Parts: sequence; structure tokens; C-alpha cells
Amino acid sequence: MIRLRPPRPATIVLGKAARALTRLRGGSGSAFPGLVVERLDPSFLAGVLAQLPRGVVVVSGTNGKTTTTKMVVELLRGQGLRVFTNRSGSNFTRGVVASMLGEIGPTGRLNADIAVLELDEAHAVHFVRAVNPQYSLLLNVMRDQLDRFGEIDTTAGLLRTIAEHTTEGVVLNREDSRVAAIADSLSTQQVKYFGLAPELRSHFPSDDELHGAGSGVVSQQPEADVLLTGLGTQQGTFRMGAEEISSELTVNGAYNIYNAAAALALVRLVLGDDTDRGALLASLRRASPAFGRGESLTVGGQPVDLVLVKNPSGFRLGLSSFPAEGVATMIAINDNYADGRDMSWLWDVGFESLAHKGVAMVSGVRTYDMALRLSYDGVSIAAHEPDLGKALDDFLAAHPDVPKRIFCTYTAMLALRKRLGTYTEVEAFN
Amino acid sequence: MTVPVPSEPTASDQQIRVLQLYPRDMNIYGDYGNALVLMRRIQWYGFTPVMLSYNPGDEFPEDVDMLIGGGGQDSGQDRIQQDLLGIGDRLRGLAEQDTPMLMICGLYQLFGHFFETRDGSRISGVGVLDVETYGTDNRLIGNVVSESADFGQIIGYENHSGQTYLGPTAEPLAQVVVGEGNNQRDPHEGARYRNVLGSYLHGALLPKNPAIADFLIGTAVRQKFEQELPAFEAPQSAPVSLQTLTEHAREAAAARPR
Ligand SMILES: [Zn+2]
Repeated sequence: MIRLRPPRPATIVLGKAARALTRLRGGSGSAFPGLVVERLDPSFLAGVLAQLPRGVVVVSGTNGKTTTTKMVVELLRGQGLRVFTNRSGSNFTRGVVASMLGEIGPTGRLNADIAVLELDEAHAVHFVRAVNPQYSLLLNVMRDQLDRFGEIDTTAGLLRTIAEHTTEGVVLNREDSRVAAIADSLSTQQVKYFGLAPELRSHFPSDDELHGAGSGVVSQQPEADVLLTGLGTQQGTFRMGAEEISSELTVNGAYNIYNAAAALALVRLVLGDDTDRGALLASLRRASPAFGRGESLTVGGQPVDLVLVKNPSGFRLGLSSFPAEGVATMIAINDNYADGRDMSWLWDVGFESLAHKGVAMVSGVRTYDMALRLSYDGVSIAAHEPDLGKALDDFLAAHPDVPKRIFCTYTAMLALRKRLGTYTEVEAFN
Repeated sequence: MTVPVPSEPTASDQQIRVLQLYPRDMNIYGDYGNALVLMRRIQWYGFTPVMLSYNPGDEFPEDVDMLIGGGGQDSGQDRIQQDLLGIGDRLRGLAEQDTPMLMICGLYQLFGHFFETRDGSRISGVGVLDVETYGTDNRLIGNVVSESADFGQIIGYENHSGQTYLGPTAEPLAQVVVGEGNNQRDPHEGARYRNVLGSYLHGALLPKNPAIADFLIGTAVRQKFEQELPAFEAPQSAPVSLQTLTEHAREAAAARPR
């Protein structure tokens, strides 16, 4: 066991200098300052985090962790806690270190009570070996783009490793069989669940059910600490312990509302009897989605919704969460590494729900893979243009008077947000 | 997701019955795309597609005109392996009768003689194809471009750690131009015996390689109805034809980095 000590002042000074230098050169990257610090002091991260009075919370899973992390942070801040959190980035530990350098004092103290970290499955093992989180929230294991990890069961194993290294308590998604099964390897930790009322399960088709594997017969399930029992447009009903509450929500879409149930379960586990119920409900109403996850911008007086799609489940949930009626739809598919290079996943999404209105524009590097996918589902396409900027201009110009929705992969979204910045104010990302 | 079968049978109501092998366990690389493309194209050639599924323990259906199968994870392959050996005679019989079949990835491997894992244990296959597969620590991942005498350029995406070698009675489906294909030693991609095709390529395979879809359909139609494929009539769903969309999709995929 390594005894953790506060970081050396020299490391902090040099790290901050590296960060300032990166910024000065116009960069927003986190790799360089993170690298500098890691070289100087490999236990920097663990040392800083070990000083937090309420410890470290990690949120992981294949879908929805960015929005869920953001909601957990907002709920905890609503409880009066000072929360340190990370923004998603390419290299997990270096990204966290870079965020820390911005907030840490010269003595190595982070001005926070608790850290809530979004942990990518790929970085999970490396991280939890260095830092044992007090709490973890494990959302789901859905098929990724298939080439990222190769196997869904491998991903489930990574989440299990996070749970096994968690010291106090673990929150699991009761409705995801691979995640719920993680409880089998936990003995000392508290285990809590969030779940869905049976009548809502049809809103959340799983990969396995899609292929006919889910028999629909639910074997004995554990009690859920937070159960989502009702879904509306920006409205959700949650059973927390014995009471049922209905709330207006800022987040939209079935999967974001289910993520709110996950966030509530985690906050209840972390705070226990200290939870201020009134404040919790107030922050629940205000909690907003992460960028690109049901994010809404306004162009020419009409809303433009960006929906990030990165795997079949996410795309299906996006389609089922937001009705196609009354909206012009664009789909933008890239195949860069961050998007997933293999296009197979598009064939595991059904697009019949778009058949009635058709799709106004298809764009991105893989415009024509997407166009074929739609054609074989009988969905008509008004226009296709691989260049994202031109496609966006044409799309906005052709549909000035209706709300618009853009389903896009990660790097397509980055490019579209940049272009949208020429039309309206777009919140900077990292 | 179910494949929609047209509610109104075509005037002739000539059915082409396609059997999906183990769709519950072997489906991981968008293999549904292959099934959907066959259903639609059978329809667009004027026949009535019927999609049948065979999962472990099911009764093997009669009157099958074509078989397709996909890839699975290790757990899926474990679940189907014993059952597959049980229908081996049936599958070999259909292959000898020249029934068209397309097996991708995991089922391609199990249509061979065996899969030898890293620790040396052998998982038996049904031996429809004269191929053997050896597990490795290398995962071969990325875009693939290959050339086939029968089907022209075949474009797809591979993701497998098993490496496959052909015996004397299997011919390679294609020669790899970009990518690895069956293994890292020879340039072969996939295998063919009579009308049975095996391949590592997905993406899914058939949407971007309609020549293979039309070979499977054309063979089934010839065998069942003793006629050639009639004219192809796909509804136009975009500013350009389905054929043009397909060509653009092939160009884009072939130009992507590995
Ligand atoms: Zn494979």
C-alpha cells in the first residue's frame, strides 16, 4: 500500500506553468500539463483526491455518463457541497490532473468536499488501481461501436473492476442484466439499485431484446432505491424509498430522465440521512443535460436540437425519446476513431419511426452508408451532402420555419457545433 | 426488430425462404443488415421474402431456399456450438444440394472444421467449409478492400482474433488489397465451397456489396423456379438511385484509412 501524501509544491508550480503555457499558445488541451505532472509525481492524482473529506465518486457505463455526471454534480452542489468534477477528454487521468491544476491551491489542497468523476470504461482499470473511489455509479453496458473494446462482456468486466475497487457503496442499474450481475462479486460494499417500473421497460429496448434474446420474463429483481415510474415530456415520476414524487425537468428524452433516477440514487447513497429533500427536488428540476445530449440551440427563432448518437442503443433511445412529427431531421455520421470506425452498428438501429416524415439531410464522412441504411428501411431522403458545413447551411436554409433536430456522431457534432457558432451562441466545449 | 414482410403478396406469390441461423446469439456485427437487404431485394426482384429464424433447440424448418448467419461473442458461440453440431448433417446436405449460404465471422469459423483456442483446445465446427481457425492474441480490425473474380471488389470491415486457413477444397472468396482478411500470412479473404460463402467482412456486408446479395438471391431463384432474376425495381428514396447511393458508399468506404 502506498501511503498517500499531499503533492509537492514544486510539482504544482511546474504543472500550473505548463497549463498556463498551453493556454498562452492558444491550446485548451489537457495532455501536456497532465503529462508534466505525471512525470514529476506519479501519485499526484491520488494524493490530491485523498484529501477530499467526502471522497471520490465515479460514474461509468457505455451510455449517458456525461449527462449523469453533470446531474450528480448539480444535485450535490444543490446540497451545499463543493464539488470537483472533470470534463470529458481524450486521456482520462491527464484530463483530471489538468482540471485540478486550474483549481488547486499552492499547498496542494483542492477547494472541494467531494470529487465526481466521469470514468471511461477504457481507463477504468488504470484509474481504480491508483485511486479507490468511495462510491461508484454503473449505468449500463450497451454495444459500443464494436471495434472499441471488441466485446460487450469485456466492458461489463471493466465495470465490475470499478465496483470491486469501490470502498463504500455501489449503485447499479437493475434493468441491465450485465450491470445488475456485478452485485455478485460485492460483499463489503453497500449496493443500491435504480430501476424502471415494468410498464416503462418498453421505452428502453435492450440490445439483447432487440435480437430476441430477452424472454421478457423478469426473474426476481432486487428492490430499487429509486424507481422511475412515470415519463412525460420534460417530466418524470420517481419513487424514492417510500415516497413518489413527480417533477418537471430540464432534461428531455426518456434516457436522460432515467439517468436522473440514477443520479438521485447515487446522491441518496452518498448523503444518506443528510439529504435535504427540498433542495434535492429543486436541483432535480433545474439539472440540465451535457452538451450534445439533448442540447437545444436557437437559430432564426427556431430550436435546433443536437442529439449525440454513438451506438445502436443510444440512437434507438434518441429516436424513441423525441417524436419526429413537426421537426426537420438531419443525420450526420462520421467514422473517425472517436465515432467508431465500423459502420455495422447503423444496421442495429430501426429507422421506421422516421419513415412518415422522411429525413431532410444526411451528412458526414459516411453519408452514403447512412443513406443506404435509410433506403433499406423505406425512409426517404430529401438531400445528402457529405460536407458537414455545407450540409448544415443547406439544412437550415431549407427549413427556416420549423424546429430542427440533428442526430450526429461525436466528431460530426464537434464540427456542427463549430459551424452553428456562426449562427448563434454555442457554449464552448473544453 | 423484425423484418417486415410485405402485407400484400405479389401477384405470383413466389416465396424465397431465408433462414437466419442463431440470430439470438450470433448477430453482433450488424448482421441484421444482411437479412434486411436480402428481404428487400427479394421483394424488389418481384418475389415474396419469408424470413425464418433458427435458434438452439428449435425444429429445423423444411423448404429453406437460403441460409445466412453472423458473428457472435465467445458466450454466444458457446451457447450454439453443441446445437450446431446437431444440425451438421442437415447443413452439409443443403450445401451439397447447392443451397446458397452466407456465413459471417463467428459462423464462418464454425462452418469450418474447428476453432483452436489459444490454450490448444479445439471447438468442433460442422465442416461445410474446408477451413480451420486458430485463436490468436492479435485482433485484426479495420476497413478491408478485396478483389473477387466472382463478385468484383468486396468492401467491408473486419474485427476478429481467430485466423483462418483454407484447405484444398475451399477457394478463397477474395484476395485482400487493403486489410488482413482470413489471416496475417496469406492474402485470402473468406472462403467458398459450391454456393456456400464465408467471410470476415461486415459493415454490414450486403448493403455495400449487392453483387453478393444478388448472387444469393439469383441462385435461390434459379434453383427453386428455374428462372433467371427479373428486372430489379427499387423505389427511389433519395435524389439519386439506390445504385448510385451504393456506389458512393463503396467509394467512401474504400477511401477510408484502415
Ligand atoms: Zn469477428
